[in-house]
Amino acid sequence: MKRVNVIQPKAILKVIAILVPLLLNVNGHAFAASGQSSDVPKSSAAAAVAPAVAVPAAEAAHGAEAPEGEEKAGDVIMHHILDSNVFAFEPFGSINLPKIVVGGFDISITKHVVMLWLVSALLLIVFSVVGGQYKNLTSRNAPKGLANAMEALVEFIRVDVAKSNIGHGYEKHLPYLLTVFFFILFCNLLGLIPYGATATGNVNVTLTLSIFTFFVTQIAAFKAHGVKGYLQHLTAGTHWSLWIIMVPIEIIGQFTKPFALTIRLFANMTAGHIIILSLIFISFILKSYIVAAAVSVPFAIFIDLLELFVAFLQAFVFTMLSALFIGLATAHEGHDEPAAGAAHH
Amino acid sequence: MLTSGIILLAGSLLSPNPGLIFWTAITFVIVLLILKKIAWGPILNALEEREKGIQSSIDRAFQAKDESEAILRKNKELLAKADAESDRIIREGKDFAEKLRADIAEKTQAEAQKMIASAKDEIEQEKRRALAELRNEVADLAVRGAEKIIKSNLDADTQKRIVDTMIQDLSTNRN
Repeated sequence: MKRVNVIQPKAILKVIAILVPLLLNVNGHAFAASGQSSDVPKSSAAAAVAPAVAVPAAEAAHGAEAPEGEEKAGDVIMHHILDSNVFAFEPFGSINLPKIVVGGFDISITKHVVMLWLVSALLLIVFSVVGGQYKNLTSRNAPKGLANAMEALVEFIRVDVAKSNIGHGYEKHLPYLLTVFFFILFCNLLGLIPYGATATGNVNVTLTLSIFTFFVTQIAAFKAHGVKGYLQHLTAGTHWSLWIIMVPIEIIGQFTKPFALTIRLFANMTAGHIIILSLIFISFILKSYIVAAAVSVPFAIFIDLLELFVAFLQAFVFTMLSALFIGLATAHEGHDEPAAGAAHH
Repeated sequence: MLTSGIILLAGSLLSPNPGLIFWTAITFVIVLLILKKIAWGPILNALEEREKGIQSSIDRAFQAKDESEAILRKNKELLAKADAESDRIIREGKDFAEKLRADIAEKTQAEAQKMIASAKDEIEQEKRRALAELRNEVADLAVRGAEKIIKSNLDADTQKRIVDTMIQDLSTNRN
């Protein structure tokens, strides 16, 4: 045992001693050659990264996409994150998506719309299978396979998110919460696979989703206390002389909630991708395989795994906060009104 | 750092896109409606049903436990009651036996007493009768002795003494 321990560091040192000059050498050659035949080294760089991990490889392919070498890293990253009318499958070509303009509105099918539809299709397939399984499931037998996996999530949303935050009457909001959770989750996850785009990394998508939450919350509030209760709620149970301050604050408060939801989801999903792409681009900016092997790929893998976690986390957070807002809007009066009412009358 | 600065400055990240909002809304609503019909309904129903089933099973288990406990308690009570009953019966039996014994003993005693008394009476009567007989006998003897004495020797004083001595002797012999 001891012998092996003594020998191993030596062997590693030898390997490093051989590899480092080699890598440096190859690097120098490759980037020296890049002046003449621009396409060869970049694709070789992509090939070198490819076996390490699939996702960064795809990102690297994105990076290699600019053969002119003039395009800046920032532009490439932006191109990757932003919506576009082209669905690019880098080495294989790209699909131009149709442009539709109706009544002055540009409702063209963009990359993110396609991703949304992919997500929807995936959701529908998965849950038609699961739902079908549940239809011929009696309470005597247990679910298995996909149904079991989805049930864990559904049960989690049902009990820990909806029931604990909304309380009484949570069943009404369950379909919305479940759909929003799985929709965001699948969007986040599909954004992580090669060639995918993160629809939830687009502020328009998250804005739309949080507008849904806003409407659901407001409707729930109206249904829970009627118009009078709703207006009373805006005064926060304070003395009438404070209303001039309280009412605008409460109204702004109604809008800050969905705004926070929007920015949170969008920023989280965008930030992760920017970090991954930036890490990959460090190796291209510094033109070094060592940086690629020692920094870019390991860190990109790390961030990628982190993103996997964040995909779940952000879907959960969005759903959780939606449930919380609904709960606040509906249950607030329940325990607050008696005291406030006593102060009023 | 530089890259992120460029991205932020580009500003297109936050640019509104009505088309995307439109498609997101449409897609989301359709997905919501379809999923509500095909998935959430059955799944939530099944979950609800299972939850209820589990709850009722637990309830039933608790009920059974309560019932069995009640039965156990009842059994214990019955056992205790039976124990007390048997104790009581034994005690009563003992008491009765004791009383019986005492009665019998008393009766026997009384009987014996009575028998002794009657025996004593009889003996007394026998004695009296014997005494009377003896007296007659003694009188006869005395008369006969007197006759003899008179016949042989009519000295009054001596004879009287003789008779007295004889009677005295007789009585001492008797006793």
